[in-house]
Amino acid sequence: MNGLLATINPGLVLILAGMLAAVIPVQRVRQGLALLAPVIATALLLAAPRETDLASLSMMGFDMVLYRVDSLSFIFGLAFLIAAFINAVYALHQDSQFEDTMGLTYMGAAVAAAFCGDFISLFVFWELTAITSVFLIFRSGTQAAYKAGMRYLGLHILSGVLLLFGAMQIYFDTGDMSIRALELGNPGVLLVFLAFGIKAGFPFLHTWIADAYPKATVVGTVILSAFTTKLAIYALARTFAGEQSLVWIGAIMTIYPVFFAVVENDLRKVLSFSLNNQLGFMVCAIGVGTPLALNGAAAHAFCHIMYKSLLFMSMGAVLYRTGTAKATELGGLFRTMPWTTVFCLIGAASISAFPLFSGFVSKSLTMSAVAGGAFLIPWLMLLFASAGVLEHSGIKIPYFAFFGHDSGKRPKEAPFNMLVAMGLAAFICIAVGLPAFFPGFGFNWLYSILPFANDPYTVRYEPYTGDHILTQMQLLVLAIFAFALLQRLGAYPPEKRGIIIDTDIIYRKAGYGLATWAGLVWTKVGPAMSGVFGGLSARTFSRLEAAFSPRGTLASGGLFNGMAIWTAVLLGLALLIAFFIR
Amino acid sequence: MMDWILQIAPAFAEAHAPALLILLPMLAGPIAAFLPGGGRVAWIMTVVVTGLCTLLSLILLAQVRSIEGGAIISYAMGGWAPPHGIEFRIDALNVLILLLVSVIAFLTSIFGWPTIKAEIADGKRAMFFGAFQVCFMGLLGVAATGDAFNLFVFLELSSIATYVLVALGSGRDRRALPAAINYLLMGTIGASFYVVGVGFLYAATGTLNMADLAVQLQDVGGNRAVQVGFAFILVGLGLKAAMFPLHQWLPNAYSYSPSFVTAFLAATATKVAIYAMVRFLFSVFSLDFAFEGMSLALILAPMGIAAMLACSFQAIFQADIRRTLAYSSVAQVGYMLLGISLGTAAGVSAGMFHLVNHALMKGALFMAVAGAVLTYQGTRIHDFAGLGRRAPWTMTAFAIAGLSLIGVPLTAGFQSKFALVSALLESGWWWAALLVVFSSVLAVIYMGRILEAVFFRAPANPHKEHGEAPLLILVPLWILAIANIWVGVDGGFVYGLATDAAEALFIGGAS
Repeated sequence: MNGLLATINPGLVLILAGMLAAVIPVQRVRQGLALLAPVIATALLLAAPRETDLASLSMMGFDMVLYRVDSLSFIFGLAFLIAAFINAVYALHQDSQFEDTMGLTYMGAAVAAAFCGDFISLFVFWELTAITSVFLIFRSGTQAAYKAGMRYLGLHILSGVLLLFGAMQIYFDTGDMSIRALELGNPGVLLVFLAFGIKAGFPFLHTWIADAYPKATVVGTVILSAFTTKLAIYALARTFAGEQSLVWIGAIMTIYPVFFAVVENDLRKVLSFSLNNQLGFMVCAIGVGTPLALNGAAAHAFCHIMYKSLLFMSMGAVLYRTGTAKATELGGLFRTMPWTTVFCLIGAASISAFPLFSGFVSKSLTMSAVAGGAFLIPWLMLLFASAGVLEHSGIKIPYFAFFGHDSGKRPKEAPFNMLVAMGLAAFICIAVGLPAFFPGFGFNWLYSILPFANDPYTVRYEPYTGDHILTQMQLLVLAIFAFALLQRLGAYPPEKRGIIIDTDIIYRKAGYGLATWAGLVWTKVGPAMSGVFGGLSARTFSRLEAAFSPRGTLASGGLFNGMAIWTAVLLGLALLIAFFIR
Repeated sequence: MMDWILQIAPAFAEAHAPALLILLPMLAGPIAAFLPGGGRVAWIMTVVVTGLCTLLSLILLAQVRSIEGGAIISYAMGGWAPPHGIEFRIDALNVLILLLVSVIAFLTSIFGWPTIKAEIADGKRAMFFGAFQVCFMGLLGVAATGDAFNLFVFLELSSIATYVLVALGSGRDRRALPAAINYLLMGTIGASFYVVGVGFLYAATGTLNMADLAVQLQDVGGNRAVQVGFAFILVGLGLKAAMFPLHQWLPNAYSYSPSFVTAFLAATATKVAIYAMVRFLFSVFSLDFAFEGMSLALILAPMGIAAMLACSFQAIFQADIRRTLAYSSVAQVGYMLLGISLGTAAGVSAGMFHLVNHALMKGALFMAVAGAVLTYQGTRIHDFAGLGRRAPWTMTAFAIAGLSLIGVPLTAGFQSKFALVSALLESGWWWAALLVVFSSVLAVIYMGRILEAVFFRAPANPHKEHGEAPLLILVPLWILAIANIWVGVDGGFVYGLATDAAEALFIGGAS
């Protein structure tokens, strides 16, 4: 292969396509580009040699590695590129130059970030994902989306700043900017950990997921769901594998979204909570840190990107056709949207880890690794969460949307391109979940591209044993039975409209003052600031305004007088320091 | 890399580049003031002169960079040898400033014509260009001269011309007159402080040549007169550089002067004063004297930090875009001072790097604002609502420069803030680094407010239709916007210049 081509980070292909899309007004040309770019990028990736710095750059004294492939980044990059292609198909029905541009650049930035070898370039692409993705949220045009987008942007910019700052601290401590395994303890490392934690949806830092994702556009949510969080998982796997605290963080992450998801009404929001819960499995596996566990995390990320996209796509199709994704307003859609229903069910079966579907072969790796690492309580938590996943993603989503009480809605089947995209994702969900009827196919293929494909435990690992299948089926059958029973008795939380109060309510209220300065809710300061926190920040605000506004103290006092005095004061100060401080 | 410039340049220009650089605008300015033709001829002449000066600066740059580590070009005016005659002394530090001033002057003069036509009365235009050239000449002189008193002369020349230029904004907004008077009074105080300081130094050493001063001061040591002179010079130049809290002349002067003047001054005037300050702190006074004897960091660092915090807050609360940008300028000066106050090569080079980048972004921002004001009137943020759709080219350039001001990756602002933060961390000032990051968040807020209005809000004035700024504005504007991205993607060249400049101070000095 041509030497020059081998040095091009596949992400840059997508970013370039995004930039071209910004100036190409013809819808079909743009979309052709969006389809072509991931294919070219995948070809580049497949041809790239492993474990060497393919492109590096020395800037301002820092050595930056722009492109480096190894088996860990390979599987994440490949999953991203497949998702990018599917997303391009899914977006074919709409003509939105803006969304095409931002989506392509965002996806490209995520791919490029996965192949960076140093913290500076990682930071650049890290921020690029944040800045471009927020427009996918804004794009849906509602006031709620705008505000959620701003909160999203704030947190993600913060994450980037923490990353940069932490990385620089690390650099000045060790003189090394490369992305490598780090030990918690040093403050710089802690900041990096926190930066990753924000994007990975750690407990208390997770709220942006369920806040922003459901408010994005139909296509936007599908795009968003695949990249940002998985990029963080990749970064964690790269730097903090084996960090014990992650086991507990991950386990907690799997639990609490279950409760929110069960009572939530907006089905896309249910999926967002479930996304958070799935991330917990991966984080937990990274915390265990054995090769088997890291394989589990990577496999899970790969499968998760596919089935989560599939579920978001099916809900997107429903939203596109009916104008709502609220459980209360849906039901009985299977009559007119049979294909979407089937694809949704495949996605649901995958996420619930039914045998023969992708979730089964990936989640069992994680579960075995956690059990093997002798983490009993986290393992039980994961087990409970698995049942919860089935409850809200496996049953609730398809049941309330397509079956359940008949809403009387008779929408058309989803547009053809959406069906194709869902079909592709569904195909992958099944293809990697099947037993290896032929060597190299089914789950064998997935296991062969894992980061530690030669790990003896993984090589010997066989998901389709009677034991595994039986355990999993017991779990699934029991959960289904529980759902059916509760539903029959009327004890299942009914579909209700309402707002769930998550932990973010604390800092959303307290941080409101800050958000107001952001000039976003500029004029609404007074009325919006009700309650204790509101009163506090309003007072702070007025103090700040009193000091800094054009009529404030700092600007007053007769320009000339004030300044002349200041000049004298400063001279005096300089002399005092010169004479007395030695 | 720059050898080809030396090969094609005429020998005459090479031999006398420092003198020609000053002489051209000095002679052309008074002539331009009396040219007929409603200012058009004077304008063309200004463009030609600033263009020639840019070429001369490039020649000087090539000459300085022809030697590894940077040559020092000493040019004796009229053949009178220094230290008694006036010496022009060009090294890696001030060649950067000369190039910056002349490039910005060239670009702004191209851009200026449409705004001048709209804002200045027919009969005053030729005079305006005359004054502009004198101001330009003064700034070049400050940067080029190696004589402390000569520096004062050039500083006053440029300042007096600036007062005139600011006052000419009264055609558009009457508040330009009090702004000019205030600036005049304050500027005069600053200049007098400077000249008093130079007087003290002269009394202590008996020389005015900077290089000679540096040598003599080594012998004199920590004399009281020298200390007092130092304090006076610091405060005097600090005022010219808009060092917090001596910045209060700046917001009014920038908001009410003609658009052309704002764009030019914002990118050059304070920069030249900062250069002069750096020249005195590091070359004339030694590093030991300034930082150990005078505890300079105790003044510069708090003032720099106060500027970047307080003025960023003030920028947030402004309703007028030009005022927002003006306060932001003071805040940016704070970054530069903070870098300089470190007293390390990394700190000074970060400061100089930010100085250049700030000129690129503020120049672009004020040009874009001028372009929009030309078509849509009104400088309040409210007036800019929805312009993103009406004037996409102008406003995209504005947005690029705005992102650069915030310090978004892949823009110039990121590179220099990054350099600043590295320099701070290298010296262990992590708290200051955190404050830099925090004030960048404030920048996100004040620029975000404007960008949000420009791109996401409905147009304030639905009757005005599509109207891009004229091509004469768009071309220089986009040159600066692209420069912002170029430096952001590949900062090597400019950063190299800034590092050389800092090295020149720390290794060679003026001695």
